[in-house]
Amino acid sequence: MACIEARGLRKAFGTTIAVDGINLRVEEGRILGLIGPNGAGKTTALNAILGLTPYEGELKVLGRDPWTERDQLMRDACFIADVAVLPRWMRVRQALDYFAGVHPRFDRAKAEGFLAKTTIRLASKVRELSKGMVAQLHLALVMAIDAKLLVLDEPTLGLDILYRKQFYDSLLNDYFDRSRTIVVTTHQVEEIQDVLTDVMFINRGRIVFDCSMEEFESRYLEVMVHSEQIAAARALKPIHERQVFGRSILLFDRVERQQLAALGDVRTPGIADLFVAVLSNQSGAAQGGTR
Amino acid sequence: MSTPANTVPASPLESQVTAPAVISASRRMYWSVRRELWEHRSIYIAPLAAAAVFLLAFLTALTLSPAHRHEPLDIPYEFAAALIMGTGFIVGIFYSLDALYGERRDRSILFWKSLPVSDLTTVLSKFAIPLVILPLLSFAIAVVTQFVILLLCSAVLPGSGLSVGTLGARMSFFHLSLMLLYHILTVHGLWYAPIYGWLLLVSAWAPRAPFIWAFLPPFVIWGVEKTAFRTSHFLGMLRYRLTGPEPSTTTARSGNLMEMMSALTPVQFFSTPGLWVGLAVAAIFLAAAARLRRYREPI
Repeated sequence: MACIEARGLRKAFGTTIAVDGINLRVEEGRILGLIGPNGAGKTTALNAILGLTPYEGELKVLGRDPWTERDQLMRDACFIADVAVLPRWMRVRQALDYFAGVHPRFDRAKAEGFLAKTTIRLASKVRELSKGMVAQLHLALVMAIDAKLLVLDEPTLGLDILYRKQFYDSLLNDYFDRSRTIVVTTHQVEEIQDVLTDVMFINRGRIVFDCSMEEFESRYLEVMVHSEQIAAARALKPIHERQVFGRSILLFDRVERQQLAALGDVRTPGIADLFVAVLSNQSGAAQGGTR
Repeated sequence: MSTPANTVPASPLESQVTAPAVISASRRMYWSVRRELWEHRSIYIAPLAAAAVFLLAFLTALTLSPAHRHEPLDIPYEFAAALIMGTGFIVGIFYSLDALYGERRDRSILFWKSLPVSDLTTVLSKFAIPLVILPLLSFAIAVVTQFVILLLCSAVLPGSGLSVGTLGARMSFFHLSLMLLYHILTVHGLWYAPIYGWLLLVSAWAPRAPFIWAFLPPFVIWGVEKTAFRTSHFLGMLRYRLTGPEPSTTTARSGNLMEMMSALTPVQFFSTPGLWVGLAVAAIFLAAAARLRRYREPI
């Protein structure tokens, strides 16, 4: 059974189509990065998956219909919707009490263990914590839940680089194992490139690109081409070309590494570079999409 | 530059097979209600403050004006109870209006929805505050306040023959408390249920300013009825809901509040159609509020 399975998932707000017929299948044990420009429909798609918004089409998350069975789904799935949704009046200890009180898979000792590694005190109120500490607290709560699916929507928005790094480190080291599935959206694509097992680009409510990171690394290569060989390089049909400090960087899909090595320095592109390439190769109207 | 993601070491976490503990519905309800008390501390602070203010005023009056010593001593008891219950009622109104609106305004609804608690449980736990918690709290605080008054009176008026066991000639302290409990549970709980239900519904729906959305529609209905039909059935209905069911016997109309309250026997109260209509309306409001909450997103 796939962790998330969607067929023809669609969601419109009035005349605006936020999600336009998405087909999606996320297997167990993957870490999927959902990348897209603002307003691409990422959050709407995630909200549908989490049972926060009604939708058209077929959608099963862990075998359940999220819209009608949100409360049961949340025993096996959890999410961090935003950095700042923890109620500001709540004390850290109350959050632990409450989770232990209502969540069958919450391990209080584990959460306290995570919190002990931070400077967060149990008696503090959320409003007294810094933004980074709130994110740490939320992550500690969520990681202490033995869930099958974790959804993170911009979990590190507005945090500084140290907190961001720490966030993904603890997620990988203390939480992720092969039986869990994580779906994450973020604008800091470069920072999570090493974390992901799969990547998906979404633009204007549609999935425009979808592949595993293994495939990504074997298919795409980026070459900083020597100027005298630019014509030869262009003959190999790069999918994208950009200028950096007066030198051309060409992005190739399914071209032999040896062939490219003769043209210049070859390397694996960043997800962000491929994202820009994919989006600008779309219909001219999609040109505005940048990361 | 990027390592194959599959070489990321699998977490050393032993996925110990914890038997999924089952959390009963009543436990979820208990913690949901506790959560409300954490967030809205005015639920107990306001009635306590009312009691404290009352006691302070009473003590001042008692020490400053000895001339009043021989007045009937039952008035402060009733006034204290009415003050505390009234405070509880007002807190209940403001609480209900904010309960499902506040969580959308501060975006915490996204946090609460990430937990395995259904919308209906959430709405019912919020309904339990004005229906059960506030009346019981008001009752407890009122009884303690009355007891303190009694002690103060006994201390100040040692020769008046007043003992802790009796309250004037009318009734025992215990009897008074029992009547108060009866009144508070029937009127403030069950009879007012549709009022709280309406406020919760508005608070689940209102895009902003739930206070206006709660009080404007009744006002408009009253105005339209008044101008179009020259009747005031709606106003009468509201007044009936606010004042409570009238005792059918007129013998109790002695002007004594406590006696009026208790004049309506449980049989009479529970056979009043208005009670059951009100409870049915409250159930509809709550079901609608729970359904609405499912659709609601942060504002």
